[in-house]
Amino acid sequence: MEPILEVRDLTVHFPVFKGFIQRLFGGADAKVHAVDNVSFSIAPGEILGLVGESGCGKSTIARTLVGLTSATGGTIVYKGRDITRPKPKERKVLHEQIQIVFQDPHAALNPAITIGEAIADVLRTHGIPSPDGTRAPVTSQTPLRPVVNQVLEDVGLHPADLFHDKYPRELSGGQKQRVVLGRVIALRPSIVIADEPVAMLDMSIRAHVLRLLLDLRAKYGLTYIFITHDLATAKLICERIAIMYLGQIAEIGTTRSVYAHPKHPYTKALLEAIPVPDPDRRHEKKLPKGEVPNAVNPPAGCRFHPRCPVATPTCGWEPRDVFELLDRRALDVETRNRDEEALGPRESITTDGQTLRIRAGKTGLPRTQKWLMALFVLVAGTAEGAFVAAVGIAVLLSGFLTLLMTDRLARRDPFEIRQLASKTERVRAYLGEVLTTAPEPMARAVGQLATADGVAFVEYSPTSDPGLRKVQETEVRCVLY
Amino acid sequence: MAILLETKGLNVIFRTQNGDLHAVRDLDLSLPEGVTLGLVGESGCGKSTLGRAILRILQENATMTGSIRFGAMDLLALPREETRQIRGRNIAMIFQDPMTRLNPLMRIRDHFIETIRAHEADTTKEAALKRAEKVLADVRVPPDRMRMYPHELSGGMRQRIMIALALLFNPTLLIADEPTTALDVIVESQILELLRSIMKDYNMSVLLITHNLGLVAEFADRVAVMYAGRIVEEGETHRLFRNPMHPYTQGLLKSVIDLETADLYSIPGYPPSLLGPSVGCPYYPRCEKRMDICKTVDPPLRPTGDDGGTVLCHLY
Repeated sequence: MEPILEVRDLTVHFPVFKGFIQRLFGGADAKVHAVDNVSFSIAPGEILGLVGESGCGKSTIARTLVGLTSATGGTIVYKGRDITRPKPKERKVLHEQIQIVFQDPHAALNPAITIGEAIADVLRTHGIPSPDGTRAPVTSQTPLRPVVNQVLEDVGLHPADLFHDKYPRELSGGQKQRVVLGRVIALRPSIVIADEPVAMLDMSIRAHVLRLLLDLRAKYGLTYIFITHDLATAKLICERIAIMYLGQIAEIGTTRSVYAHPKHPYTKALLEAIPVPDPDRRHEKKLPKGEVPNAVNPPAGCRFHPRCPVATPTCGWEPRDVFELLDRRALDVETRNRDEEALGPRESITTDGQTLRIRAGKTGLPRTQKWLMALFVLVAGTAEGAFVAAVGIAVLLSGFLTLLMTDRLARRDPFEIRQLASKTERVRAYLGEVLTTAPEPMARAVGQLATADGVAFVEYSPTSDPGLRKVQETEVRCVLY
Repeated sequence: MAILLETKGLNVIFRTQNGDLHAVRDLDLSLPEGVTLGLVGESGCGKSTLGRAILRILQENATMTGSIRFGAMDLLALPREETRQIRGRNIAMIFQDPMTRLNPLMRIRDHFIETIRAHEADTTKEAALKRAEKVLADVRVPPDRMRMYPHELSGGMRQRIMIALALLFNPTLLIADEPTTALDVIVESQILELLRSIMKDYNMSVLLITHNLGLVAEFADRVAVMYAGRIVEEGETHRLFRNPMHPYTQGLLKSVIDLETADLYSIPGYPPSLLGPSVGCPYYPRCEKRMDICKTVDPPLRPTGDDGGTVLCHLY
């Protein structure tokens, strides 16, 4: 069937605010990679689940689809029309077609107007929809109360006439979410994006709202994008499901195949982590290490590789994974002291693309001596310059020149150079030792260890994103397949 | 087993503009030493209020009657200064949102120094930091995080630091109020594994307050189910999940959505208002097994059998 909505390579980046000084000196602009090259399509009447942990980009996709955030790249096609960057007039029509329900019903309703009024408001703006798809404009004479009451009945708030004049504060969370849903379906949209619609509700009433969502779909032929972090709810509601991680789709397929045969290690981890409400099935869990990394600088290769329990040497290991290794080693006081003694403070370790550098030291005059000499030249030069300006400047310049020459000569001191070389060699050897304590795939991914000019460095071979590949019934982004 | 914490006829009433709000009503609860008790219920059932009442950190408009025994002490009868000393030292608490509990203007290490000095004023900075380093290692936080501010840390790290702060004085009771609700599911499991191992190492009892039945099933030895300010059922975890007796417990267990759920169930109706007096069973309007007596007569507290639990219902 022709998809009703198609998203191709959708990318949304947010700039990171930098201060004035940072902007003057700091190189490239930092960006939060909220959504990176996400593609999916939805058939009419389908329920697609976007599932993932906070920060995976699922809500950003929702906001982009309804125009609350603009896409950095890629296209969104609705019923064959490109709606990525709609004109203001188009946008109003689109709002009638694609609607959104947010997580927090308490924040979604205006506390100062009754719920009947809240629903009447959208009808005044967009007109009353009729079965043939047209919308009848509302004038001050149009009797709205019966229309609104019908909507309230539709979402299970009866007797509608009683609810009509209530204020949001008089309703419970579940009832408020029903009002929000009513306000959405009053427009007869074709797509409803539900962003964690039951996350704020108590367990005993969640099912009410979920069933209402399903009933409304049957009644009005809606298509849903159901966004949640809860895999159990998604399994119950969705027909197809996309598991997201750090702005990318890790795995997408029919709900049946994703749950019966999860392929991506991240999907497996998510399923494993769900608490099971059965004390007889307690068991030790194999959990991924650490937490979701910062989306400003997502990991190379597969974005899940630093946490993955089944990672291979080709998953995208890179210099900064060494920092994590050092962090883990720092949990033991003894190892931490040894690491710091041998490798110097953390600041002396820098990364640059696929290279990790540790500066072992420098040749030349000791730093304090250099500063003292410079200070002397400056003071002496200026004092004289006060009397004879021209001569003063000449003396000042020649003074600095001498200082520079002395430093250069000191740098060529063969003894110092030898010493530095052996120190660098020691750092390299120690680093090699540290890297062997890494988990196996990471240790095997380490490339060339070398030294040059007082710097010990590790070179990693560049890696690429594995990309989504079709495996049996699902598409999965993992090098294992 | 010795009883560590016991409440008898505990009532907590908040004076509000709309009248008295009876958040906790005639509540009897006991927590033996070394046991993890899960306190479950929906929002507004009074579970957090109970946690705070034990530490006596409720708002000004709350009045408490009854008794809360902790070891040999009655916490409700203690003078202010003494309860202050018990907080953090004997009973520690961790909260839902670690971001709002850490001071954004203070480095992590200053949180530790401040906490230690609140109880032992003459501790030197060096000694305090040494202790901090030790507990941080116990919660698997690298020591260089101490230099950082809370905003530089992830949610899981922050919660680990909250736990480390709670562990400073080897408390015998830890009250964990929704400790993982603000966290993602994988991090939630990590924190629970951590809590489990720490409980053993520190020999603590834990009162785990949560709305998540899955969490309780995996973590708690005993479970207390709260509804409208009362404990409607209490018992050993396996018994309670396998053979729930109170209709509310049954409904709650049926409404859990997990990977095996095939159809949607929800308890009809909504929880009652806690304002004003209550007559009969609070669950009466929503109950599937209600009888005429439930409407007018307060339900009796009955034993559940071998597990030493109780159920508050006319059915038994």
